[in-house]
Amino acid sequence: MASRNLITDTQNTWCPGCGNFSIQFALRDAIKGLVNEGVPLENIVLVTGIGCHAKMADYLDINSFYSIHGRTLPVATGIKLANPELTVLCCAGDGDAYAEGMDHTIFAAKRNTDITLIVHNNRVYGLTTGQYTPTSPLGYRGRSTPKGTVEEPFNPLTLMLASGAGFVARGTSRKLPQLKDLIGKGLRHRGFAFIDVLQICATYFNKSELYDTRGYELAGHDTGDFDAAWRRASEWGYDRDAPIGFGVFYQKERPVFEEHFPAAKPTREKRADGIRMLIDERR
Amino acid sequence: MTDLSVLVGGKAGDGINSAGLIVSHLFNQLGYYTYMYYDYPSLIKGGHNYTITRAAERPIGATRDRIDFVLALNQDSVDLHQDIISDKTIIVYDSYRVKSGGQGVDINAFLKEEGAPPVMGNSCIIGAFAGVAGIPFPVLEEVFSRQIPKGLEKNLAVARKGFLAVREATKIPRGSVKPSSLLSGNEAIGIGLLLGGLEAYVAYPMTPTSNLLHFLAGAAEQFPLTVVHPENEISVILMAHGLAYGGKKTAIGTSGGGFCLMTESFSMSGMNEEPIVVVMGQRTGPSTGLPTYTGQSDLHFILHAGQGEFPRLIVAPGDSGQAVFWSQVALSLSWKCQVPAVILVDKTLCEGTFSLWEDLPRMTDEGDLPDSPSVASYRRYAITGSGVSPLRFPPTPGAAIKSNSYSHDENGVTTELPDLVVAMMEKRLRKMETLKKETDLLPAVNTGGEKTAEKTLLCWGSTLPVCSEIAEMERFRLVQPVILSPFPEEALKQALAGTKKTILVEENALGQLQMLCARHGIPVDHAIHRYDGRPFPLEELRMRVREVA
Repeated sequence: MASRNLITDTQNTWCPGCGNFSIQFALRDAIKGLVNEGVPLENIVLVTGIGCHAKMADYLDINSFYSIHGRTLPVATGIKLANPELTVLCCAGDGDAYAEGMDHTIFAAKRNTDITLIVHNNRVYGLTTGQYTPTSPLGYRGRSTPKGTVEEPFNPLTLMLASGAGFVARGTSRKLPQLKDLIGKGLRHRGFAFIDVLQICATYFNKSELYDTRGYELAGHDTGDFDAAWRRASEWGYDRDAPIGFGVFYQKERPVFEEHFPAAKPTREKRADGIRMLIDERR
Repeated sequence: MTDLSVLVGGKAGDGINSAGLIVSHLFNQLGYYTYMYYDYPSLIKGGHNYTITRAAERPIGATRDRIDFVLALNQDSVDLHQDIISDKTIIVYDSYRVKSGGQGVDINAFLKEEGAPPVMGNSCIIGAFAGVAGIPFPVLEEVFSRQIPKGLEKNLAVARKGFLAVREATKIPRGSVKPSSLLSGNEAIGIGLLLGGLEAYVAYPMTPTSNLLHFLAGAAEQFPLTVVHPENEISVILMAHGLAYGGKKTAIGTSGGGFCLMTESFSMSGMNEEPIVVVMGQRTGPSTGLPTYTGQSDLHFILHAGQGEFPRLIVAPGDSGQAVFWSQVALSLSWKCQVPAVILVDKTLCEGTFSLWEDLPRMTDEGDLPDSPSVASYRRYAITGSGVSPLRFPPTPGAAIKSNSYSHDENGVTTELPDLVVAMMEKRLRKMETLKKETDLLPAVNTGGEKTAEKTLLCWGSTLPVCSEIAEMERFRLVQPVILSPFPEEALKQALAGTKKTILVEENALGQLQMLCARHGIPVDHAIHRYDGRPFPLEELRMRVREVA
């Protein structure tokens, strides 16, 4: 199994130069890393939303659930509840995670379900031709906002910190080795792991220069210090010019959601007894 | 023949629902079938709540136009029910709060004497009811000891004070019916789902199905069962998708508004073929409407919900016995045919309480899944003659199990190639025939009354009991399609064969079953509608039927 290439022979339709290629290779390598450590490949499940990123479900030769727009995390939560032994990860776009399905992102952090969320944050709607997203900078001109947006962007990192996420990281499609490392750490974190990936959109929003010149790797940062994480995460608001940190901002383990639910399947006899009891109680 | 009705009324917070249930259990112990209707406005404290328990020696499921006993904990219990109160009605009331004819009980004083909290006032008035109705106190003791788990001694002491404070006004004779379990529609649905092998239930609270969530959450540990209450209905149905993908038989519950939020993922079930079972409790719409009252106006919504074309199973049980059976059917067939299924019910059924009329009705087939072929060549959406592809769940060594909301190939990989799109669509649509073959084996159309009569009362869902009773009184034929999709056209035509006049009863304004019948060439001669959120009482409906019969 580990020798499987993990890439399907499906024709790839991402644009040349798309940031998704980096994420795909980082993810594949991170998965290979898990398999080499003994995680059976069949125990890994990928859930995707809708958008360019979501084609990952077609391109990776692993278990997958190609969901609808904005709806990766509740599906992933259901899969985890069905079988807590599975390693469940979500690839979602910024439209999925921060617009259509923002409620699920906050609740996944609140619940601390053991899921890794990788947000392909290219800060633009690519597949629907270049409209603004919740993380586009103020004044972004797209076809739905020809005069520029009038909304400030979200800062997903502080939002996740405030929501109780136990693993908050940021990477970029421009730095493949670090991204692979971050995804690996996220997958090994027990609990909800959030990774915002600043991804370039080669066609509609290519911020390669910004991420290359303003980006820096977090070093000497105490990932157990919430206040320090908050300060680092607040440095850049996805808008004004500021240094952009990449790395793990915060990491802390706490009890996970699914361990509070039964994993065992009821036997036929136990079920029959239970039903008889429920009926007798109402006699 | 004994046929008695008891109204228990008070403000929200007085424990009216539990008091009504205890009254039902008293009749159950005395040897009667019972039915309880529960009426309450959308508020937590105050207002006017009431229950009507009806007891008779044959199965019943509707209220009447007269009331034999009123247990009044507030003034509204007398004032607002003058239409059903007559000079024969025996009234017992809380003399501190209510002015009325009948026998007053100083509940406050008794509670003080026993050092009991105000909520035990309902036990006191039940004691008084037993007193006026000539129900022996040991019968009450028996019921209390079964039904009141906490503070039994004090409740009994307070009840005894009420019992002794009144004089016997009549003596309810003992009936001949063996005591049975009393199940609300919600509980019956829950038991049916459990019989079908339910492993997980997910819901966001919404009347009238919240009590199904509470019931299953309470029962979760002993099975065990995974019960989750997530952030909204969108999350509810998506968690069900994830649970089904992971191999857990799952149901979800909601009402019309919540189902509106679910429709996108309901349609996803049409494409990704994850078995999703929805308990859909109708209430009065449109929109928020009358949140705690009933209706049958969502049938066409459910028939058509979700973009695109895909097979779906819709069952509409009419009483708690049917709810047990058909909930089991819905879960089993949803998995067997990999289609979404809806158990379409309403407030009247969900929150009504019925004697379980017979032994637990159950299917012999638990819907066990057929064996899969070898995993080496596993394709989640393998094209088959039945349209149903073998199911496997992760982890399955050697297989990549791909569920997909996009148009996809047999492996579950997205495709937009026209020929493949058509082949896969036709595979999915073949499940419609497969499902129909399954439902043809079931009593999809229920019949009753005089089965060869020329006049037929046609109904669906919770109007079944009231229509059954009228059909018997009037010697009409009774016909109730229980499966509404795939529509049992032949079976319904057969059930109606020889009918000269068909009268259709529906709790909506536009005649939704009527439109569905018309689509299948089944004529309806008269339609009786009601859309004030209240179920039809027996005599009122009988009168309206007679007007057109």
